Amino acid sequence: MARELRRAATPPAGLLVPLALLGAFALLIAGTQFLAGDYLQRIVLGIGINIILVVSLNLSNGYTGVFSLGHVGFMAIGAYTAGVLTLPVSLKAVNLPDLPSWLSRVALPFLPATLIGGLAAMAVALAVGASLMRLKGAYVSVGTLGFLIIMQVIMVNWDQATRGARTFAGVPPYTNLLNVWTWAAITVYVVWRIGRSSYGRSMMAARDNEIAARSLGISVMRGRLLAFCLSAFLTGVAGSLWGHFITSFSPKSFFFVQAFSIITMLVVGGLGSVSGSVIGVFLITIISELLRNAERGMDLGVIQIPPIYGASQVVMAVLFVLVIALRPAGLVGGREIDFRAMARRIFRGKEESHAADAADPIDIPRKEEDE
Amino acid sequence: MTAFELLVQQLINAVSIGSLYALMAIGLAMVFSILRLINFAHGDLIMVGSYVALLLLLLGLPFLVAAAAGVAASTLAGLLMERVAYRPVRGAHEVAMLLTSFSVTIFLENLAIIIFRPTSRAFASPEFLRGIIEIGRLRIASLDIMAIACAAVLLAALTLYVTRTDTGIAMRAASQDLLAARLMGINVNRVIAAAFAIGSFMAGVVGILWSVRVGKIDPLMGFNPVLKAFVASVIGGLGSLSGAVIGGYVLGFLEILLQGLLPAALTPYRDALVFAVLIALLLFRPNGILGSTEREKI
Amino acid sequence: MLKLRGVEVGYGHIRALHDVSLEVNDGELVALLGANGAGKSSTLMTISGIVRPRGGTVFYDDLDLSKASPLDIVNRGIIHCPEGRRIFGGLTVQENLRMGAIRRRDRSRAAADMDRVFSLFPVLGERRRQAGATLSGGEQQMLAIGRALMAEPRLLLLDEPSLGLAPLVVRAIFRVIRELRSRRVTILLVEQNVRQALAVADRAYVLETGRVVLSGTGAELRANTEIEKAYLSGSPRKAT
Repeated sequence: MARELRRAATPPAGLLVPLALLGAFALLIAGTQFLAGDYLQRIVLGIGINIILVVSLNLSNGYTGVFSLGHVGFMAIGAYTAGVLTLPVSLKAVNLPDLPSWLSRVALPFLPATLIGGLAAMAVALAVGASLMRLKGAYVSVGTLGFLIIMQVIMVNWDQATRGARTFAGVPPYTNLLNVWTWAAITVYVVWRIGRSSYGRSMMAARDNEIAARSLGISVMRGRLLAFCLSAFLTGVAGSLWGHFITSFSPKSFFFVQAFSIITMLVVGGLGSVSGSVIGVFLITIISELLRNAERGMDLGVIQIPPIYGASQVVMAVLFVLVIALRPAGLVGGREIDFRAMARRIFRGKEESHAADAADPIDIPRKEEDE
Repeated sequence: MTAFELLVQQLINAVSIGSLYALMAIGLAMVFSILRLINFAHGDLIMVGSYVALLLLLLGLPFLVAAAAGVAASTLAGLLMERVAYRPVRGAHEVAMLLTSFSVTIFLENLAIIIFRPTSRAFASPEFLRGIIEIGRLRIASLDIMAIACAAVLLAALTLYVTRTDTGIAMRAASQDLLAARLMGINVNRVIAAAFAIGSFMAGVVGILWSVRVGKIDPLMGFNPVLKAFVASVIGGLGSLSGAVIGGYVLGFLEILLQGLLPAALTPYRDALVFAVLIALLLFRPNGILGSTEREKI
Repeated sequence: MLKLRGVEVGYGHIRALHDVSLEVNDGELVALLGANGAGKSSTLMTISGIVRPRGGTVFYDDLDLSKASPLDIVNRGIIHCPEGRRIFGGLTVQENLRMGAIRRRDRSRAAADMDRVFSLFPVLGERRRQAGATLSGGEQQMLAIGRALMAEPRLLLLDEPSLGLAPLVVRAIFRVIRELRSRRVTILLVEQNVRQALAVADRAYVLETGRVVLSGTGAELRANTEIEKAYLSGSPRKAT
């Protein structure tokens, strides 16, 4: 009887830890906004955008096993579409003189432009994905790579809309900590919920054994396409956010280097795990910032390390190979951090939590390695 | 020039470029057939060899010496790549291996940027490769002849190797059934190393020819060739050696064809079209144009 | 010659072999019997080094091979003819046989051995330049055995040679196995075809879910009523 009362009185354990985290983030944002300097603000903002990019990529690469290498293409679509829409009319006349008149006369506010950017990315994903999703394994990855290259060529040559290879500048700096982290929270929540829904389960089942899943009546193609399109939408939104943060970009900003750093964060954090992705983003961002500072050369008193630009990339590449070789499941190991188990341990003591754990499997099986 | 002469000219062009693609594609195919690894860093072997050759050229050494050193450097780089980056991840998920090859690419390219600066350097072509041989009213670049000759020699040598020698046959065996090969006592490590060595050697040769053709080198020069090589491989059927060769020449012809047929406004989109073809192939003929359209059987 | 003691083998969470002990002496033909999934193939793969045991020892001439690489094990004369034949389909018959001899230093004796294989399997001689994939199932099995023989095995591990073959062909294969036995080739034979296996074996072990449940001479097991009930139900065996 007492136990029942106690259980009724404690808030649902599963909500407690995420709520605590939310509180922590709110503090982080408020703190950064008001207390931190410019540099730190930019880093935290960057982390927020990366979280959107990596978590939405996880939806496709992690949950459905469609390992897209070309998602920065969707980022570009979002950035350019929203950028063209928000560019002040006066600048449009100068930078994009060949725009059709119905475009050159409008300058949309941030949210509609971002949404349209995301939708544009999703539309392209639908068109491209309808065929690409039929491919398997490394083949679909290469297909998305082809998509990225095609995107690159289009962006570089479609002068009227993108200014070609030249810098697309003058984008109004609408991005701030609040809207970035709001979108980040939305992304995390959406992908997390999908992961725990039956829809997400069927996606993961199809990832691990397509034939078996199909025999259970799971529509593999539909799941993959949905994940692909939704992640494209979110990636497009992130592109718009990034574009309005950095205020000027070019096609080269959306090519291999960016793709690789996003994938690094994804793999280091662990495929298939939203919490892993978030951790991966924090870790890699911090490490690369440190490395980038080191790149500028260091004065250690006795030793002078000269600037070596590009060294951070080299180190990241080595790090990546090490992770794949030593811990291919990533830091978190492909499973979500089980908040309920954590809360149970904190509030109810060891024996009860062990018993509850056993009854509550959350398993994302890994692919066995063949000889 | 008559239309016929123009056609022959373009034909030779296509065969010459096709030769380079074929040599590159074979390197990719050899590694893929045994390890199921798409080695995107294969392109950077071109870059390594070219830079080593350039260094020696700048030191005043004769072209052939510099070229030989460049090819040797490429071969060594390939062997190192296998030993250090790929052996530890052998047997991993194929996407993991693909990502590893990307890391190697990024590593090599940025290392080159650090050492050599990102700007391109001129690559002087030697006298004997600058000439133009005239047959009737045809003007054939000696570089083209060299490319075709190199390909012919190397491909013939490779054919002899995989049909007559033990390691060559073992390589084919390993690409068909790796487990059975191990059970026979085939030294799989050695076979894989040989595959890398041969492929890298060919990449080195392509590197020198490519650098002479383009006239300049830069740290990112390997990127485009490896993508082309990959498309060529897929055209011929990924993993098949003869398919890689055929795919290389088909791609060469395709490029020259597109260049001739495309309206001027669309020429910059040529590369995009090539990749659209790649995607179409992956979808409809994953086993290459010669292969079957078999779906996975349960 | 070969002694397994207390071998434990597992794949991930799955326990394939539990406390498996068996012996094969020089010149013997020992059969390893059991249903699908009993652990027969795992046993052979452990001996040939493809799989590393979690516990126990694999003694070969008093040498512990449980940590040796497949290469070393082949060098010691243990040759594994795998389940499903696994010949190199794209290679010719001759090339397949050549691969069998790849570890040998003596070129001339290897060439002589190829002739011996062709005399043992005349049909392979007829098809020597044909690609392996074009051979029938029975011919492929002969090629697999021939390829293994090219390695000059001291101990031959035969994994289910009768699998998927027509009864006539199975009889031919077992004729060959008998011939090998008369040539004093030591054989460890894994088989689901209990009748044929016991007819030719000196001794046999029966595996069930990874454990040895029965062992004895061929005659003893043939007379054993449990085996008769389980595997030799009098009428033709139903396919599993």
